[in-house]
Amino acid sequence: MRIGVITFPGSLDDVDARRGVRLAGAEPVALWHGDHDLQGVDALVLPGGFSYGDYLRAGAIASRSPIMAEVIDAANSGMPVLGICNGFQMLAEARLVPGAHTRNAHQQFIRRDQVLTVENASTAWTTHFEQGEEIIVPLKNADGRFVADPATIERIEGEGQVVFRYTHVNPNGSINDIAGVCNERGNVVGLMPHPEHATEPGFGPDTEAAMASGVDGLRFFTSALDALLARA
Amino acid sequence: MSTETSGQSVSAETTPNPDAPVVQVGPDAGTETGQAGDGARPGSRPAASVDSVANAVATPDKEQPYAALGLKPDEYQRIREILGRRPTSGELAMYSVMWSEHCSYKSSKIYLRQFGQKVSPAMKQRLMVGMGENAGVVDVGEGWAVTFKIESHNHPSYVEPFQGAATGVGGIVRDIISMGARPVAVMDQLRFGAIDHPDTARVVHGVVGGISFYGNCLGLPNLGGETYFDPVYQGNPLVNALAVGVLRHEDLHLANARGVGNKVVLFGARTGGDGIGGASILASDTFEDGGPTKRPAVQVGDPFAEKVLIECCLELFKGELVEGIQDLGAAGISCATSELASNGDGGMYIELDNVLLRDPTLTAEEILMSESQERMMAVVRPEKLDAFLAVTKKWDVETSVLGEVTDTGRLVINWHGEEIVNVDPRTVAVDSPVYERPVEYPSWIDALNEDTAANLPRPTAGDDIKGDVLALVASANLADKSWITNQYDKYVLGNTALSFPDDGGMVRVDEESGLGFAVATDANGRYCQLDPYEGARLALAEAYRNVAVTGATPVAVSDCLNFGSPENPEVMWQFKRAVEGISDGCLELEIPVTGGNVSFYNQTGDQPIHPTPVVGVLGIVDDVARRIPSGWQDDGHNIYLLGTTDLELDGSAWAGTVHGHLGGRPPKADLQREKDLAGLLHGAAQESLIGSAHDLADGGLAQALVESVLRFGIGARVWLGDILDRDGVDAATALFSESTGRVIVSVPREDDVRFLGLCEGRGYPVLRIGVTDATSDTLEVQDLFTASIDELREASRGTLPQYFGATIG
Repeated sequence: MRIGVITFPGSLDDVDARRGVRLAGAEPVALWHGDHDLQGVDALVLPGGFSYGDYLRAGAIASRSPIMAEVIDAANSGMPVLGICNGFQMLAEARLVPGAHTRNAHQQFIRRDQVLTVENASTAWTTHFEQGEEIIVPLKNADGRFVADPATIERIEGEGQVVFRYTHVNPNGSINDIAGVCNERGNVVGLMPHPEHATEPGFGPDTEAAMASGVDGLRFFTSALDALLARA
Repeated sequence: MSTETSGQSVSAETTPNPDAPVVQVGPDAGTETGQAGDGARPGSRPAASVDSVANAVATPDKEQPYAALGLKPDEYQRIREILGRRPTSGELAMYSVMWSEHCSYKSSKIYLRQFGQKVSPAMKQRLMVGMGENAGVVDVGEGWAVTFKIESHNHPSYVEPFQGAATGVGGIVRDIISMGARPVAVMDQLRFGAIDHPDTARVVHGVVGGISFYGNCLGLPNLGGETYFDPVYQGNPLVNALAVGVLRHEDLHLANARGVGNKVVLFGARTGGDGIGGASILASDTFEDGGPTKRPAVQVGDPFAEKVLIECCLELFKGELVEGIQDLGAAGISCATSELASNGDGGMYIELDNVLLRDPTLTAEEILMSESQERMMAVVRPEKLDAFLAVTKKWDVETSVLGEVTDTGRLVINWHGEEIVNVDPRTVAVDSPVYERPVEYPSWIDALNEDTAANLPRPTAGDDIKGDVLALVASANLADKSWITNQYDKYVLGNTALSFPDDGGMVRVDEESGLGFAVATDANGRYCQLDPYEGARLALAEAYRNVAVTGATPVAVSDCLNFGSPENPEVMWQFKRAVEGISDGCLELEIPVTGGNVSFYNQTGDQPIHPTPVVGVLGIVDDVARRIPSGWQDDGHNIYLLGTTDLELDGSAWAGTVHGHLGGRPPKADLQREKDLAGLLHGAAQESLIGSAHDLADGGLAQALVESVLRFGIGARVWLGDILDRDGVDAATALFSESTGRVIVSVPREDDVRFLGLCEGRGYPVLRIGVTDATSDTLEVQDLFTASIDELREASRGTLPQYFGATIG
């Protein structure tokens, strides 16, 4: 299975996302924002970073990149798509997932090992989690505060489109502690925390067991692999 | 980097100007990089404003504003002698910035030579590039090399903390890129005024925000660094930044312009009016009250432009499209052209009209001096120019060809069809003035050395000792720094094996083999005020030990020497002694100084800062999987103290925090013992015998124990009796003394025998002083006091938020 990771100018965690894909047992494929070509990949990751320096709004300029035409078509046809942090912001700007992001409530960049509760374990990227399971995934952002109008919040809460919720600490003021959401179909998932930073022992978040040992992020990618195998 | 007074190697920062005719690759697809008014061409300026070489010859008596540009009368005369005429205004601009203290090292040069002279063959073994280039390069094995350097951005960070600190990160990172390396990590060494002073929060918020903004957006993990508060830095905070890069041996690049006919290309952000005169006006002068604001001399950074510049440069290197490369920092185009030419075939011709400008109204002199950020200058073979431009276009990096390499031995710059600069580039970049400034033994230092902290009352009762421990834990300099470090990304790139609050940072270089490097920095201005020679050696010893406790082998040094005005003979004495201390120490440890930076004029009015030589040590580790963390993670491990304790409280955190005292003589650093200790720790790491290791430094054993408890929330029972018996000290001294060569390690019981055998074999003093206890939730020092982990955590974590706002998370 081949999973594409798109590099935009200012993408920072593209290398990490490719490593995560590889550690999960899939083949990572580097894609370039300026190409109208997904190189036949089976799934897509929009990685974190500061594409275009967050100018205008985080993710806004990148969401108009040439390759996004193909990304939108693929998403609408059911391909698993994961947007991480800045990639989540791009998905929101492209209207592939609900909501938007504003400056963190405390106005600062924040980096921490974040506990999340899995609210929906049936999306393309979360089947390897248990509903209600608590996982630890590093978080790092400046514009991570999830917002939406009350009707949208009510709808996505009701439809199970809230995929992850911040637990113990809400690090940025997101409404209803929402950390990640999906589209109606469940193939497109966006979240603020960085699963690619929790895929390799020794380089992940601290856990109760040991320093830097957290690998909960790996299951995002293995879930997608399963989803692809099921489709194949 | 830019604006600072500097030292062993000169780096520069300047910005290009986009409207240039020659080759221009405009941004497409919505890039924001330097999009200032296309179409605004400088050509419309009246020709009368150009001070050409011909005009200079014709008007020898024209008065020139050399003093306002920071030149002394004799320096101006020297320029006239070199040229055989008066300089044009453009030449005057170039000489003034390049002969500034920051760029020329004119006051420090005679001392810095020692770093190159005090070397043994062992010190050269791994050294691929030494001092004088943009950054030193060290062979770390398996075909990999690591380059690292520390630089200061002190003055800009006081004037405009956010942009000053941000561009400090940006500048040092460009130094790393210009060696051909991929930047992989940054660290910061910060010194602020008193934590409770009303102005400190302004500077802290700005500096930390600036580093966070720039470093995070650049995608470089921040491994930590140092943060100190002391009233001596109130009017002159220190912001030093360290960057590390990795490269394959064959990718090494140097800053020189060789090959007649090769093109000189400027690429990156456009040249604007920011940072003009930063090096000469800001970094090479002291602050006085009431003068004009210096804010316009601070550069403004765009980390996104730098991120694409990094990727663009690495792709250029990979395609072998670059002959020589130089970043633009202090003194901008003046520095880049004169240095590249000096290091190459000796001549260069530049059409200054081709510089792409952000502001079309800039004069030629301003373009030459501008320190706009995110710019690089490359020397490119004509036949590779198209391929070069294709890469810069891919990354939407604006590029213009300014001119070419010549064999005339002259740097010639034209502007609007007239020759405005015609100089021997070496007279600008290399043969700058060298000063042997007066040196004077400080009149006050003997009295200061007499006033030992040994005379201060030391607590004996358990409750009193506990009170002092808690006071230290909560003191601004020893308190938890999460408020700062939570704003830094340590995860990006996925190779960070150790970072704050561990003693040293560690980064994986090779994903297959696990090969990595460790890096740590240290400086103690209080020790250096008491004795700059010993203080500098102590900084070296501690940084060396901090690398050793990670399990890595220390191999190289970079430094950033922050001092007051070199025109003060007592400051020059401090500087002289500190350089001697570091160079002697490095010779003893047999690790070379690979480069660094000098920052003078760190004073407001007559009051210089404490001498603050920041020493960074780089180490190599075969496999980062064998790293040693700094805190306890497991129950029932034995806690050992390596090294012995003397009554060494002079200059200590205890004397400062509890008694507000600074006096006496700093602890002795026995570097041979530090070497033995590093060997011992490396051996233990190789055999995976130890669970954690933590260096004893500020706050002594007490602080190290508390930090080890708080790292992962594992308690411990500790007894001091054996230390008191063996070393003949009292309990307070055992806990608060800052004797060197000491580390606490935790060892699983099953490895006890082998560990003790290792210590015995190497003859290093060792005592079992306690055992970790995961169930007690306390730190118990037997017969003295017990403190709960909650109590310690509250003391440690409460201090910074009290002044700067809540810590998130």
